[in-house]
Amino acid sequence: MLEVRDLIVSIAGNTILDGLNLTVRDGEVAAIMGPNGTGKSTLAYVIAGKEEYEVEGGEILVDGEDILAKSPDERAAAGVFLAFQYPVEIPGVGTMTFLRAALNAQRRARGEDELTTPAFMKRVNEAGAMLEIRKDFMKRALNVGFSGGEKKRMDILQMALLEPSVAILDETDSGLDIDAIRIVSEGVNKLRSAKRSFVLITHYQRLLNYIVPDTVHVMSGGRIVRTGGKELALELEQSGYRDFAPHSAAQPAAE
Amino acid sequence: MPARIVSSRTDAEVALADAYGAAKTRLPGGEAVRHLRDDAFGIFAGAGLPHRRVEAWHYTDLRSLMREALPVAARPNGSSLGAINGELAGRPSFGGGRLVVVDGTFVPSLSDALPEGAGVRSLADVLSEGRPELIDLLAARDFGEGDAVLALNAAMMQDGVVIEIDPGAEIVEPIEIVYATASAQPAASFFRSLVVVGDGAKVRIAESSIGRGGRAGQTFGCLVFKVGDRAEVGHTAAITRSEAGSLRLDSFVADLGARAQFDSFALVDSEGLVRRQLFMRFSGDDAKAQLRGVSLCQGREHVDTTLDVVHRGLGCEGREHFRYILDDAATGVFQGRIRVEKQAQKTDGKMMSRALVLSDEASMHNKPELEIFADDVACGHGATVGSLNADQLFYLRARGLDKRSAESLLLEAFAGELADEVGHEGLVARFRAEIAHWLGERTKAGKGSGGSKG
Ligand SMILES: Nc1ncnc2c1ncn2[C@@H]1O[C@H](COP(=O)(O)OP(=O)(O)OP(=O)(O)O)[C@@H](O)[C@H]1O
Ligand SMILES: [Mg+2]
Repeated sequence: MLEVRDLIVSIAGNTILDGLNLTVRDGEVAAIMGPNGTGKSTLAYVIAGKEEYEVEGGEILVDGEDILAKSPDERAAAGVFLAFQYPVEIPGVGTMTFLRAALNAQRRARGEDELTTPAFMKRVNEAGAMLEIRKDFMKRALNVGFSGGEKKRMDILQMALLEPSVAILDETDSGLDIDAIRIVSEGVNKLRSAKRSFVLITHYQRLLNYIVPDTVHVMSGGRIVRTGGKELALELEQSGYRDFAPHSAAQPAAE
Repeated sequence: MPARIVSSRTDAEVALADAYGAAKTRLPGGEAVRHLRDDAFGIFAGAGLPHRRVEAWHYTDLRSLMREALPVAARPNGSSLGAINGELAGRPSFGGGRLVVVDGTFVPSLSDALPEGAGVRSLADVLSEGRPELIDLLAARDFGEGDAVLALNAAMMQDGVVIEIDPGAEIVEPIEIVYATASAQPAASFFRSLVVVGDGAKVRIAESSIGRGGRAGQTFGCLVFKVGDRAEVGHTAAITRSEAGSLRLDSFVADLGARAQFDSFALVDSEGLVRRQLFMRFSGDDAKAQLRGVSLCQGREHVDTTLDVVHRGLGCEGREHFRYILDDAATGVFQGRIRVEKQAQKTDGKMMSRALVLSDEASMHNKPELEIFADDVACGHGATVGSLNADQLFYLRARGLDKRSAESLLLEAFAGELADEVGHEGLVARFRAEIAHWLGERTKAGKGSGGSKG
């Protein structure tokens, strides 16, 4: 369960999130939609613990525990996972080396034993097969030379391995071809569970045909300005965001 | 040349002159070699230890950094050799033959015979025997002209190995040259080795050091490669595990024939002062060479890599890529001079240096220099100095790696990438282990920007 309360965040003196409230219950899939530059990725990064953002107020609770004082790795161990809008290339770091280091680091942090090599390989192979990731990708350096869509799949593979309790997918659908959206969505649907909360940040209603959300939130001006069911996404498809200018309709949307 | 009167010779310069005076009648070689030594010492005496007004030594002011000259190491004795033998026994070998050089002296009794197609003799024997063509190659007169350190090595060379690879021979596993220290007292050693690779031959030479304790010495080494036409040569050097206060001055000379392929990688993880100077010439046409290196520097270490590459042949390809990781108050120096002579058309050259600076007190000096006299060439260079990439660090930490592990993984990747190109599994594994060891020590020392938070 994810609870964001009255979150105020700025960067370089500009307030980006301005008293944001959002609750995603266990087992819930929440979609967040909203205009470019409104702070969706900022919200995702702040939950994951990126340092350059200034949290000026509010709380972020994961399963009831405030995570704001935790480092990114401690948050990961507490169950937070962010699938990046732009996954990072890391030359020289083998994909398998990385996956194993990440998985074992989290297990250690939770007081669990490290996985044996065969157990690890089995998990990776299963996740890779589910997401139809070619085996030779695993032999490459992490994300290096991967296409945009391949990087996104690699992020979802990590999610499958790490089994988070709060998964935030930042525009995982952008850059995916039609088949890849279906494959990735099936992967996500398999990972839906009564114990796991999902936040899907997306610009396109199409993704929500594959991963049917429980709730849809409209974000504008650094706040959630409207919340509804899956039909809200269809409505937005028709009307756009013109009814959701930040703060009040009188202010220009660029502010 | 009348020796310039150097009124203010340093203690080290005086001691080196005395050492040469005392040793010269005992050093190996006949009349011709004695002349070579005297000429070389004349160059050294005239110039003195290089200092910052000598352009090639601007960032490594040896005159002020080398306070004293240690006594020249004596020939190793039986009991010290026994200890080294024990240490060697515990070290895996690749099967290509291991040549052991103790305090600058080649010790056949500790060394292996080389595989068919390769032969080895001591430098002392070769100098005494006096074959002019080998003496000429050893003298390498037209490389590093005027360089006082190279000249000092030529004057004082005690011993070393001379390896000859028959034309067409294929030596599959690396021939190792292992340097060991026996002297209980800090001492200086001067060694020079030569590798003559016949036309079309294939060989790999791997240099490394062993030994614990007593390593705060001064070594003046020189390795000369004469690479025949179409030969394929690999070279690696692990310059590791010396003690604080040591001084290591390595010169490296390579003369490449037509269509030769040459590949060299060095890992420097060594305390004190290290200077590697690499002189390479593409003498024939269509040769390809890669010079690469990784330097891991901490404490007050000072690591200098200086390249002097000359393109003379047509259509040769040169790739130089050096990386540094600098922590604490370490200093890194990279100077790369690439000279493309007028007739060396179609030269394709790329030089790159990258440094990661992990501490405010560490510093990196880069000086690339292209001197191009031919008009139809593609040459470029780049140099970057920076810190670890914040987006990469965050990505790793968001997946659960704590700050130190994430930093180590990125540092290991940065250093390991070049080591991986060595092309011999056993050697790559050794270099990887050495890099991991350095990072492990760094993590143990609690470096790397605080605890898990932050
Ligand atoms: N590192 C940063 N430095 C300065 N400004 C930033 C930084 N990161 C984000 N911003 C600003 O914060 C605002 C919100 O950006 P954010 O990336 O969160 O938007 P978004 O809703 O994810 O947009 P999109 O739909 O285009 O992905 C933008 O105006 C952006 O320019
Ligand atoms: Mg975004």
